[in-house]
Amino acid sequence: MARSIKKGFFVDDSLMKKVDAMNSRNEKRVVKTWSRRSMITPDFVGHTFSVHNGKTFFNVFVTENMVGHRLGEFAPTRNFRGHGAISGK
Amino acid sequence: MPRILGVDIPNNKHVNVSLTYIYGIGPSVANEICRRAQIDPMLKAGDLSESNIAAILQILQESFLVEGDLRRQMAQNIRRLIAIGSYRGLRHRRNLPVRGQRTRTNARTRKGSKKTIGAIRDKSARKQAGK
Repeated sequence: MARSIKKGFFVDDSLMKKVDAMNSRNEKRVVKTWSRRSMITPDFVGHTFSVHNGKTFFNVFVTENMVGHRLGEFAPTRNFRGHGAISGK
Repeated sequence: MPRILGVDIPNNKHVNVSLTYIYGIGPSVANEICRRAQIDPMLKAGDLSESNIAAILQILQESFLVEGDLRRQMAQNIRRLIAIGSYRGLRHRRNLPVRGQRTRTNARTRKGSKKTIGAIRDKSARKQAGK
């Protein structure tokens, strides 16, 4: 079920604080974050986030189209290399 | 047979059923159209008068997205998901289920009919089979 509109979107406080600080100082810096669950708000547009995918950080440049999605959607967690390669022998 | 929106020719069924032959209209929308156009849903579609059809058309154009427009919008939504590089777009691109369903078994609607994938031992055969 979708989230109630009454509550508004969810962004981790720590991330929101960093973005607000960046916006108020008008600076662009790559923000490392583990907060894959945070919704991308209009404030995020134009920033680059380094989103953890469980192993490494994946750079995500946020565009206007991405608003309303979550950061985690843009940092894939699985790396399928295909079946059936028997190496050697 | 009445023609609604170009090619759609619902046949001699009740109006509420026959309207569902239009892409994007299901039973509930069909009933709502009947209610708003003040047509008895049990009337046969063949017996619709010109003014009935005009009323239906107007309602369709005013408040529902159907046929080509609907298909276009759906394709556009998918294109957007792919363009922004989201996980859902990735799943669309690979023709795999998008909403987290299992793919170990089932998922045949998206994956198509079964094809056996096994380890190919021979090196030259592997080259032929792979990309």
